[in-house]
Amino acid sequence: MRDVAVVGFAQRQMKEFDGSPTCVELLVPVFRECYEQTGFTRKDIGFWCSGSSDYLAGRSFSFVSAVDAIGALPPVNESHVEMDAAWALYEAWLKIQTGEVDTALVYGFGKASAGVLRRTLALQLDPYTMTPLWPDTVSLAGLQARLGMDEGRWDEAAMASVVARSMADAEDNPDAVRKGARSVEELLSAPMYADPLRKHDCAPVTDGAAAIVLAAGDRAREACERPAWITGLAHHVDPLHLGSRPLTTSPSASRAASAAGVDGVEVTELHAPFSHQELVLRDALRLGPDVRVNPSGGALAANPMFTAGLSRIGEAARRIWQGDADRTLGHATSGPLLQQNLVCTMGATT
Amino acid sequence: MTTTAPTKQRAAVVGVGQTHHRAKRQDVSMAGLCREAIDRALADAGMTFDDIDAVIVGKAPDLFEGVMMPELFLAEALGAAGKPLLRVHTAGSVGGSTAIVAASLVQSGVHRRVLTVAYEKQSESNAMWALSVPVPFVMPVHAGAGGYFAPHVRSYIRRSGAPTHIGAIVAAKDRNNALKNPFAHLHNEGTTVESVLASQMLWDPIRYDETCPSSDGACALVIADDDTARGSVSPAWIHATAMRSEPTTAAERDQVNPQAGREAAASLWKQAGVTDPRRDIDCAEIYVPFSWFEPMWLENLGFADEGEGWQLTEKGVTALDGDLPVNMSGGVLSSNPIGASGMLRFAEAALQVRGQAGEHQVDRARRALGHAYGGGSQFFAMWVVGADRPD
Repeated sequence: MRDVAVVGFAQRQMKEFDGSPTCVELLVPVFRECYEQTGFTRKDIGFWCSGSSDYLAGRSFSFVSAVDAIGALPPVNESHVEMDAAWALYEAWLKIQTGEVDTALVYGFGKASAGVLRRTLALQLDPYTMTPLWPDTVSLAGLQARLGMDEGRWDEAAMASVVARSMADAEDNPDAVRKGARSVEELLSAPMYADPLRKHDCAPVTDGAAAIVLAAGDRAREACERPAWITGLAHHVDPLHLGSRPLTTSPSASRAASAAGVDGVEVTELHAPFSHQELVLRDALRLGPDVRVNPSGGALAANPMFTAGLSRIGEAARRIWQGDADRTLGHATSGPLLQQNLVCTMGATT
Repeated sequence: MTTTAPTKQRAAVVGVGQTHHRAKRQDVSMAGLCREAIDRALADAGMTFDDIDAVIVGKAPDLFEGVMMPELFLAEALGAAGKPLLRVHTAGSVGGSTAIVAASLVQSGVHRRVLTVAYEKQSESNAMWALSVPVPFVMPVHAGAGGYFAPHVRSYIRRSGAPTHIGAIVAAKDRNNALKNPFAHLHNEGTTVESVLASQMLWDPIRYDETCPSSDGACALVIADDDTARGSVSPAWIHATAMRSEPTTAAERDQVNPQAGREAAASLWKQAGVTDPRRDIDCAEIYVPFSWFEPMWLENLGFADEGEGWQLTEKGVTALDGDLPVNMSGGVLSSNPIGASGMLRFAEAALQVRGQAGEHQVDRARRALGHAYGGGSQFFAMWVVGADRPD
């Protein structure tokens, strides 16, 4: 395999973006920031790949308009996944591994505020047996949280401590849309939202866009002083149907972690849109107590749909660039209740 | 990981499957439709789901069925649960780009045997509605794709000076080829140039018989590594793949002969070692949803000089017994499950070089092109497959 590194990362996230659902107005400055970080220009990028959802944008072919952000001619070598952009990063990494290209720019975008997100996401369920009941995301997560409590896997205090740590860490993250240190006691005194979930247990509805630059070998070294070399990258999916998979563990996350290799990881960024899901993931990834989790505040601080997974990889890469850690992990999830999971491990050395 | 210089691994198509394409496949669910193609592809490859390392799904907009990211609920039925699953969506070219992504999983050395499936079940929703959601500052496609592309065809006719019956020659040819393909949606006996010219004008100059149908259907491929393919009876070796995109609205775009298509083709021929596609390619499955796109793409792909593609059509060069047969399967004009349409082109190219195209087999087809395009003629995906294992 070729040595490939994350060498650029930029993001914009906000509660409500006052612009088009294709977020092309956000992508242009995000790309510019990536060019500034890496010294690359449009011409240096060998492959482009994006992740987004037509249903979020409420229109077919929403990614078609986003291509405008790349610029007009000449044409580009480009692809798109209808998934979180973390999986676009996977496709781009493959493309670099084939030897066809040495660099890639991966981007994602989503304007979750354009509709009622928890209702829109009910359209991800089985259209014949589940969607007609319109079980929304928050209600499903509530059932999952309750199941874990009944099994004795976690309790409300454990969930609240995830929130307390995330909100305190988010104070240092200029891109966080929700932040503010509060004690576990304070959090537990908040009213129920979807019992046993309180509002702070659920990721805020977030709009945004993000981009990552990948480069191989010397191209990475020229673009970044301390590249975040990808040491493992794997993803797996579980069955969707809630009766056909365990909901308080995550087999696909465990499998992805085993394939990517998590030994020696110091910092992880987990994509857990609900507090108890972080507990599921920490278990599934077998993270020891010394591992620092979500220094950015994680998805509870900002969860731009279809980019939050990519951003976790970007945040984890940044820790290596800054010299805060030698080995980090970014995780992305997709589908209802952690159905699909991707793990990307990175290191200061290859 | 090591720092060794990259070498692309060989990959080949070792299994091909498709559904019977129809306007409404109400006898099957989405999962059942996909399984019909997958089961045929796995049987063709002599494999089961246990042999498959990863699954790649492609389809056009989710609004075409009314399900957001349907691969999530399909994961189990597609044999993807417990494995990596990717969902590709690149507009009309998606069937082609999905096959290319699946190939890259093997070419990168990450996996050995990959299953890819592309489908559209248009009868679940309404494509015209799905394409007509009002978007500020964007021209709606209320008249359907034909209304969008008719001006491009008119421009082509004006620029090339082509006689106005060329489109009808293409339509009659493809509809007759479809009679030899048991999977094709349309089996319109007795289609002639005259009958096409006598059909209703829909979007001048595109007549009813010069347009693709709206179909339910799926296509699946098994793509395998060098070792697996060498043990297979008749692999279709992947000699080259290319994808290129350009924005819809760039003022300097040539929508009749798009630069993205020309550059994708140039890259493709270079990778495949093809110096003269007209001579080196034995047959081609080209994405032709409206008849006139045959001569337009013949030029865009470099099979003919600009303005001269129609002459190949007129002289019968692109007929099944011509020296560059085009759309042997009956093409998009005879079956159009949108998300699968690109993969069907790629699959037909593979069937031809494997000698398994049945009644629409081209004699001694050793090297074939599969081609797909999408959006407003702005997304291109193509591959060359061959009977010979590449060096």
